[in-house]
Amino acid sequence: MLKDEDRIFQNLYNDSGADIESAKLRNDWNGTKEILEKGREWIINEVKSSELRGRGGAGFPTGLKWSFAPKEVGSRPHYLVINADESEPGTCKDRDILRFEPHKLIEGCLIASYAVNAHKCYIYIRGEYFNEGQKLQTAIDEAYKNNLIGKNALNSGWDLDIYIHYGAGAYICGEETALLESLEGKKGQPRLKPPFPALIGLYGCPTIINNVETVAAVPTILRRGAKWFSSLGRAKNTGTKIYCISGNVNNPCNVEEEMGVPLKELIETHAGGVVGGWENLKAVIPGGSSMPMLPKEICDNMKMDFDACVENKTGLGTAGIVVINNDQDIIKCMARIARFYKHESCGQCTPCREGSGWMWRMLERMAAGEATPDEVDMLFDVTKQIEGHTICAFGEGSSWPVQGLIRHFKDEILERNKFDPVVKKNKNIPYLVDQHLLEKENA
Amino acid sequence: MSVKKIHKEQPETFKFDDKSMEAANKIVSNYPDGKQQSAVMALLYIAQRQNDNWIPLQAMKYIAKFLDMPYIKVYEVATFYSMYNLSPVGKYFFQICTTTPCMLRGAYDLVKVCKNKISEKENVLSDDGKISWMEVECLGACVNAPMMQVNDDYYEDLNDKKLEEIIETIYQNKIPKPGSYSGRINTEPVNNRKTLLGNKNA
Repeated sequence: MLKDEDRIFQNLYNDSGADIESAKLRNDWNGTKEILEKGREWIINEVKSSELRGRGGAGFPTGLKWSFAPKEVGSRPHYLVINADESEPGTCKDRDILRFEPHKLIEGCLIASYAVNAHKCYIYIRGEYFNEGQKLQTAIDEAYKNNLIGKNALNSGWDLDIYIHYGAGAYICGEETALLESLEGKKGQPRLKPPFPALIGLYGCPTIINNVETVAAVPTILRRGAKWFSSLGRAKNTGTKIYCISGNVNNPCNVEEEMGVPLKELIETHAGGVVGGWENLKAVIPGGSSMPMLPKEICDNMKMDFDACVENKTGLGTAGIVVINNDQDIIKCMARIARFYKHESCGQCTPCREGSGWMWRMLERMAAGEATPDEVDMLFDVTKQIEGHTICAFGEGSSWPVQGLIRHFKDEILERNKFDPVVKKNKNIPYLVDQHLLEKENA
Repeated sequence: MSVKKIHKEQPETFKFDDKSMEAANKIVSNYPDGKQQSAVMALLYIAQRQNDNWIPLQAMKYIAKFLDMPYIKVYEVATFYSMYNLSPVGKYFFQICTTTPCMLRGAYDLVKVCKNKISEKENVLSDDGKISWMEVECLGACVNAPMMQVNDDYYEDLNDKKLEEIIETIYQNKIPKPGSYSGRINTEPVNNRKTLLGNKNA
């Protein structure tokens, strides 16, 4: 288990309060000015050598992303945008940072905006987190009052303004270009890439977009050194991560652990074990609902980091671990996830808009045992036609979990769905026969 | 994609009151000159708060003029995002999360209670007109499942009995306490905390 002093988010459970005095006791805002004085190059190189990867789901190296921002500010100002539109089912880590560690985030915003030459920072919070946003606003006001941000922040000569922008309940706005559209006051439909936001982003200006957890981890990394951070975990999968363990466990919780911690240890030690014991485990979704689920055999020896997940044909995503035990109907669980994607598709690309509804309806029928055995392969074919044929990664996000279900639980679906498709035997199944043929017996 | 219905009976006019006007002007100043369209989402919220938690068409027209943008663009935004209510909801608006992590821990029991105690159908007011409910997608408090949102507040770690009590409390004109209903603090594991104990006991 990770030592307590190596945990970045010391106030994850709000033991000591989120106000600025308590935050300073936790070492926030300690030596921030000295960090800024070391210069942009140093900050970006230090973040690069810490091998910090974005915590929002895609795992893109943060230092590299920052280095994409143009070195000199041209006619267009630069922007920093923080993605706090946490909507992935199974994930609730950013919420705790927003309400209990807001000063880590604000300090991270100052450092990140200095590194990418931005004087304005927008924090996009999902609309449901209204109370969390209010708490963050209180912290921002405190920071302005203490000259930690604002004009000539910390007497470093750097100006930074931070604004909160509330979303309004659209999952797709967590996709970075949809988020930018939403920030511009449009409906959140993703943009084509390239051009990438680092060159043409918010209002057509260079924009760097980072997840809350990523930015909030940066001040601690710079204070304690990239070496400390990269000594945790393994190469390319360094540092710590907040894992959210939900579903059929005895004590669902958020916990910060080292990257690469065994999945079994997370569930057994921190979450009090699977309901009904480890043997009662059916499947685990390791990284939020967009990532394919894994059956128990793989979970036994699975390590939780980016590359280990990819080896097992899934992904770490946001590290929202959803545990499903044998008391649940796995097909029904997947059907509910498919319904989520059907509801949240933005409607821009046809394969996703139509396909997500199609997958949901097929899965509902499979859960009820009303599908034919052939339809399992047809469903897999549908997922393959969505994946890779959409503007944003929502297409992958909605089809991968269905592929995961078919990959690992195909037998179970087939077992339940032995429906005989012969028209003659089952005349009154409306979706399997042409109705006009039924009316005329000999047609 | 979700389909949203516009309410049939629309008010004749809509105007920001002084408080809303002040808030709206402050929001617009957050964005660069000429980019006031960015404020449309926040302004729709302000209108929704002012107008008993729903947005009439007149408010959209008003906001379009206020921000100097086409009405259809405001309409697009209001119908795209799920948190804008385009027809009246109860004074206490129950949103029950039923996405998989909540479903695994019994969110549909909560739905049953709502059907019994509030109204048989979603988005229909209770008999005394105070409460309405609907199923929503993930609200981002999965380790506190099952949970629901009432207006701005989260009610976490619920079960059918606790939800019944909450509804009864509201019928008696009292506001129930938000937060976790299993006695735990925030997102720590119940009775099983192994980390940051130094902070806890400090």
